[in-house]
This record gives sequence, structure tokens and C-alpha cells, in this order.
Amino acid sequence: MNRNIRRLGAVIIGLYLILFVKLNWIQVVQKQSLDSNPLNTAQIRRDYNRPRGTITTADGVLLAQSIANPDRTSEFGRMRVYPEGELFGQVTGYYSFTFGSTAVERQYNSELAGTTFAQQVSGFSDLLIARENVGDVSLTVRKDVQQVARDSLGDRAGSVVALDPRTGDVLAFWSSPSYDPNEISTLDSKAANANWNRLTAAPGNPLRSHQFQDRYFPGSTFKVVTGGIGLQTGKVTDVDPSYPFSNGYTAKNTTLPIKNFGGEVCGGALPEILKTSCNSAFAEMGAETIGPDDMVAGVANWGFNSTPPIDLPGGVRSVFPTDVGKNPAKLAQSSIGQNDVQASPLQMALVAAGVANGGTIMKPHVLNEVRNSQGEVVKSYTPTPWLHPMTDVFAATMRQDMIGVVQGGTATAMAIPGFDVGGKTGTAQLGTTPPRSHTWIIGFAGPPGQPATVAVAVVVLDQSGASEATGGVVAAPIARAVLLAALKAQGLA
Amino acid sequence: MTRRRNTELGLMLLVVIITASAYVLASLGSESRIPANIVPFLVLVLGLLLGAHVAVRRLAPDSDPILLPTVALLNGLGYVVIAGLDQKLAAAQATWTAVGVVAFVLTLVVVKRPRSLERYRYTFALGGILLLLLPLFPVIGRTVNGSRIWVALGPISFQPGEIAKVVLAIFFAAYLADQRELIATSVWKVGPFRLPDPKYLGPVLVAWAVTLLVMVYQKDLGSSLLFFALFIVMLWVATQRTSFLVIGFSLFGAGAYFAWRSFTHVQTRVSIWLDPWKHPAGDGYQIIQSMFAMAFGGVTGTGLGLGGGVRIPASENDFIFAVIAEELGLAGGALVLIAYLLMVGSGLRIATRADHAFDKLLATGLTLLLGLQAFVIVAGVLRVLPLTGVTLPFVSYGGSSLVVNYVLLALLLRISDQSERARQPVPMTEVAA
Repeated sequence: MNRNIRRLGAVIIGLYLILFVKLNWIQVVQKQSLDSNPLNTAQIRRDYNRPRGTITTADGVLLAQSIANPDRTSEFGRMRVYPEGELFGQVTGYYSFTFGSTAVERQYNSELAGTTFAQQVSGFSDLLIARENVGDVSLTVRKDVQQVARDSLGDRAGSVVALDPRTGDVLAFWSSPSYDPNEISTLDSKAANANWNRLTAAPGNPLRSHQFQDRYFPGSTFKVVTGGIGLQTGKVTDVDPSYPFSNGYTAKNTTLPIKNFGGEVCGGALPEILKTSCNSAFAEMGAETIGPDDMVAGVANWGFNSTPPIDLPGGVRSVFPTDVGKNPAKLAQSSIGQNDVQASPLQMALVAAGVANGGTIMKPHVLNEVRNSQGEVVKSYTPTPWLHPMTDVFAATMRQDMIGVVQGGTATAMAIPGFDVGGKTGTAQLGTTPPRSHTWIIGFAGPPGQPATVAVAVVVLDQSGASEATGGVVAAPIARAVLLAALKAQGLA
Repeated sequence: MTRRRNTELGLMLLVVIITASAYVLASLGSESRIPANIVPFLVLVLGLLLGAHVAVRRLAPDSDPILLPTVALLNGLGYVVIAGLDQKLAAAQATWTAVGVVAFVLTLVVVKRPRSLERYRYTFALGGILLLLLPLFPVIGRTVNGSRIWVALGPISFQPGEIAKVVLAIFFAAYLADQRELIATSVWKVGPFRLPDPKYLGPVLVAWAVTLLVMVYQKDLGSSLLFFALFIVMLWVATQRTSFLVIGFSLFGAGAYFAWRSFTHVQTRVSIWLDPWKHPAGDGYQIIQSMFAMAFGGVTGTGLGLGGGVRIPASENDFIFAVIAEELGLAGGALVLIAYLLMVGSGLRIATRADHAFDKLLATGLTLLLGLQAFVIVAGVLRVLPLTGVTLPFVSYGGSSLVVNYVLLALLLRISDQSERARQPVPMTEVAA
């Protein structure tokens, strides 16, 4: 019998080896695919019952908090609520056990959950006493400015980005249509699913943060970049060259001219052509005065063809074509923000901020600081430069030229008495029958003779009309209201 | 042989340290504090384990030193995991562990010689079948989670099938020890094949019929597989005729196929096994959540008390292995598998060293029960086999299973003690006399 007993032992060892191999298969080989399976909510379920810190604005308004679930029979002890609803939906993002998390909830998940190394170390001494080791996140965005941005944009689709050019602090970050994160984060999974399906199918895609996840033709606002490159390369000054007065510009390899709006005749030196937003002059500046090599290198210095390093996930790259070396016609069109040029509203706000901040673009960010439950700061944001597209002398020139556009150009509707306000309008034509366009404005404002304290970009999508004045009429009042709100918030107005 | 007992004592103390540390870690993990009841907990664990050890030292001094510490480790680990899932269940499990240890000691006291059991073979046979059929009786039978395997007598409810496993193993061992020569030498020539005499196939067919009955009426696939494998393997070991294995597993295969064709609950189990992703929120939910949990644990695990975010239905019994593999990772999962292999190794070693056919067969049967039951449930959790609801011995929550397995352990140690003592050299004084 012993022989069969030993055989039995061998068979059982064999059976257990199969188990061991399958255990390895699940826990090692398939780990990644199982972990990333959309049905797998292990991580978020684990976090969901833990305490989680609050999110507040710079002006102290509570944006997100975890409260005890009033339903005592639920498997979830806590629920995440967003008192401001859709006003800050795209900033806080949602935190859902079904759909994961986005925006600040995702970016600063470890801080909110108290699981960063610094928080763990500082919480180590608390190991033996019951205390919630979470982080409260405070942001740079302000409700007072955000509210003005939403109210002035109204029901129209578009985006408003306002930031402090000196630090990169994002002050307002609004895009429409937006959504209410409570609808996705609700513990009622049926309702969450229904809301999700409705929002993903809704026109305008409310779940997207259009401010930095979508890009559009920047139109004439891009002329600030072209002019800035001209100044920085030394090929353009405020007096030279003076471009011929013409109603259009025809590039060397084509017979199809780039026409000025309404066939207007315009020309002159940089301050003049910026005021009138003269297509023919800027087309020639990009295609001939600056040339393809300096243009392609120059736009990279302004942040094109890379993603702005904002501390929110999923940002989009703004693009400028790099295959313009042997195609002057394409370069000419691109130099006035058409053809293959596309920019996110955030990118265009950074262009204005760069001019306003003496030629240095600061990294944009929404985080102010993280405090633990004892109120001690465990992490705070330090302003950091991102790009240097211009030296301060040239930046001062461009700044003055943009102020000129507000004082006597296409952006007069943006003027705020008692402040230095600069700007540039843009109208990116979408079609001519009927004429429709994305209307833009970028700009900055500050106390007279001092560095600007606010930079702004506004785009209003798909408006009727296609004249250059459209940007000044539609977008400028929104930019003005937001600039004024920000100046008030800064205690300047 | 006090050296064996000292080895056992050392291992038991190690188990106490491991269990107590795991208990503290699990509490720190889930609630960030040292459990308030750590001192009573330590006293209880130390008392139970040392009590069992002292009983073995007194009552079965020459028995195997590995089995008891291995069981203690699995039981302790199971308790810590259950405590992390549900404090109320943990309290019940602690009580059942105490009852189990008492049953363990009582078995060692009552059963002085294993072969004293051999005489009551037909009492055991009758009792075993009665126990198996008990849940089918009206009034006392209970259906829980679709399986009719519970019996309620007043305030106490238990699974008689758990007891039946051990009782039937004793009967099989006695029957086969008696009849194996006859069965082994009988020949029935069918053409070129030499098959066993049909009249000795009778018991095989009876076992098969009972197995099918359990499968069909109690909807307990795991237990029916266990019973049948137990009988066929013991028959094979006793007679050393491979034809029994072939006939037995063909019969089981046919029965399983028939059951799959005829019964929806079997079809459901099989289709979940083949493709759980078809209904991830319905039928496949449990097994998919279990795989997510194990994958989330990875190689080193989430840490004790730090898993549990995933709600796996029945995680305290059928799926406790998934929780261990999540919290302790591949390392912990492999540790559990190795612990069962250690027990299987020790048990089969006891069988090979036993002197009498009955002892050999009983030790083989009991060991097979442990090893195969653990295999069947872990294979179900890992989706190697269709899931069948049996407990993971000594680890899962459940009173009947825990107490019966402690009795099983006592019987194994009793056989081991007896055969080791018989092997000892006869003292010189007796030779001189």
C-alpha cells in the first residue's frame, strides 16, 4: 500500500503546483491588466471609506468635503460632496467609486488621503492615537473671480482663464458647458450611471475641461506670438520694418492672397499693425521677415508643441506646424493663427502672462498649499518659471503695443479706467455661409506703470459674424469683467 | 520521545508570536490603533494552543510534531483575517476554536487505540449515511445559499455533512481493510480486460449513488466530489488496482456530465467558471471581485487589515483564500498552500509508517480529506475548477468544519503516536526478563 500512498502524495503535490502557478498568473502576470480593468474599483473603494481632506478656494470657499453618509445601512461610511456644484466641477473634478477621479481629486489624491511620504512621517507619531491623517488642499482659484467669469460668459460655450502672471496662480478656470461633480460622485450607482451616460452624450461634452483639454484656432491673438518672436530675434522693432499698406499678402509659392478683413487696406510698423490686426503685415512678418526656422524655434519658446505644465491631469498640447520650411504660404497663414495652428485657452492666457511678466512665463498651477488636520502646512507651492520667450526689454515693447490695442485698436471695450490694460482680439473664422467664428481675446491689467497682476484669455465658441471687430465686441466685455474682478480680489480696485 | 514534543512546543510558541503580531498589525492597518483586547487575546491564544500541546504531551507523546503547529498557524491566520472582516464572526470563531480544541483533547482521551473504531464499522456506515441525508428531512433541514446542507436542532445549527466525512472515512478504512484481499484478487474477464468481480463493485456503485444524491438534492457539488474521491482513492490504495481509479472517475465523469445537462444550478456554476466576464455584475461578480482583490495584493500584499476595500461576497468562508492573497500577497497565498502540503506530507508519512491496514487506510483517508478539500476550494477561488462551496479547513469561518477537523487531527495524531511507539526498541529490562 505504501507505494500507492506515495503516489497519492506526488499527485497532491502536482495538484497544489497547479494552484501555485495559477496564483502567480493572477497576482503577477495578470496584475496590471486586472488592476487597470475599468470594472476594478479596488483602489478607490479602499480610499472611499477613509477620511479625505477638503478642497477650498483661495477666498476660503469650500469646494469639496467628505461627510458621514446619512444612510447608515450603506456599505460606504462616507460620501464626497461638492457644495459649489458645477461652478468648480472642472477644477475639483469628481471622486467616484464607479468612474474613478479627475482634476484636483486625482492630481492631489495622495495629499487628500494623507498618504504622501511627508504626511506619513509627520503622522507617524500619531500612530497610536486616533486622529485623521488627511490633507486639506487649498487652491489659487477664487470664487469671486470664477463667478464673474461664469456670469459674463453666460449660456454661451467657451472658456475663461485668468491667472496672476507674476506667479502662475490660476485665479479663474471656467469653461462652459460644465457639470456638477455631485452627479458623478453620488453613492447611488444607478443615478451615477444615468448621469454619466447623459453627460457623455450631452452636446459640448460638459465632462471635458475645455480650458486646457480642447484647442481651437487662435486667430489674430496669435499675432502677439508672431510679433514677440520678431522682437526677440531683433528682426522687428517698433519702427522697422514698416509693412506696405495693402489689402492682402501673397506668399512666394502661391497666387492665392491672404486678404485683410473686408478688403481693408492696412500696414505700417508693429504698434500700428497690432492695433488694426493687419493680416497682410503679420503674414509677411512671419513668412519673410522672421522666416521658417526662427518661427518654428520661436513658437516652442512660447509653449507651442508642448503641454503646459499645469498641475491638472489630461492637458492638451497647443500646436504650430513644423513643416513650413518650404511652404511660405502655409507659414504666412500660420503666422496669423490660421492653417494648422491650434491653441488651448490656457496656452493663450500664458502668452498674455508672458508679455505681462517681463517675458517670463511662470508655470501655471491651481495648488496653493496642503495643510494637515492640525493646520500645519505640509506642502506649499513655490512659483517656478516655465519659459523665457522674450527678454524684458522686448517684453516691455510688446506690453506697450498691446496697451495701444486697448487704447485705440480693436480691444477698446476692455479698457478699465485707472489701470494699464493691454490686449489683443482674435476671430477664427469657421465658415462664411453664414459667417461664424470663435471669438477670442487675450490681455492683462495692472496698476499704472507697474507690472500687470492679472492675465486673461477668453474664447467664445461658434459666434455669428466673422469680422475682426467680433472679438472686441463679444469677448472683450467678458475679459474686462474678469480682469476687474481679479483686480478687486487683489485689493487693487 | 520528549524531543518531538519539545520541537512541537517551540513551533507552537512561534505560532503564538506570529498570530499575536498579525492581530496587532491587522488592527493597526484598519483602525490605526493597537487592539484594546490584545492581552485577553494573547491569554486565550496561548491558553488554547498550550492546552492542546500539553494534551498531546500527555496523551500522544510519540506523535508527529508538525501537524499541530501547522494547524495552529492556519487557524490563527484565519482568525486574524475574519476579525478584519467582521468582529462578531471573529468572536464566534474564537468560541468554535475553543470547542474544537476541547473536541481534540476528548478524542485523544476517548480513542486510545485507532483500531477500537474498526469494530463499529457498520454503525459508522449507517451513521454516516444518516448524517448525509439528515438535511433532506423536513422540519430540521435548512437551505442556506441554495445548498440544503444545514440542520437546525433548537438553537444549534450545524452541517452534518462535515461530520459524515470523517465518519465515512472510518467506515471505508474498516471495510477496505477487511475486504481488500478479496477485492484485489477477484477477476472478471471481459474479452482482453481483467476487471474486478462485479459483486465487489457493489460498494463503488453505492458510493456513486450517494454522491449523486448529495449533488442533486443538496446542491453541494464540493462535498459530493470529496466523498467520491475519498472512496475511490482509498479503494485504489487498499487494492492497488488502477482499474478502480479508471472505473471510478469514469463513473464520476458520467455523473457530472449528467448533472450538468440536467440541473441549472450546475450549469450556472460551470458557465461562471468558463466565462465570468459575461455577467460581471451578476453571476460572475464574486469570482471577478476575488480576482481583482488578489491582483491588487500582488506579490507582497496590501498588508493585514489594509485590503478589504473589495467586497467579495462570502469572503469569510468560501473566499477567505482571496482575502489572504490580497492582504499578504503571493507570499501569503503560497504560505497557505505550503502549510497544507506540509500537513499532507505529515499525514501520508503517518500512513506509510502505520503497521495495520486499517490505520494506514484511515490516515490516508483523513489526510486526503484535508488536502483535497483545501485544493477544491482554492481551485474554485483561483478559477482552476468551477467554484464549489466547501470550507478551507481550519481557516474559513464555520463551527462544524472547525470542530470536525480538530477531531480529524486528533485521530491522525493518535495513529501516529501508536505506530511510532510500536517502532521504539523494546527496553533492555524486558529483553532480560
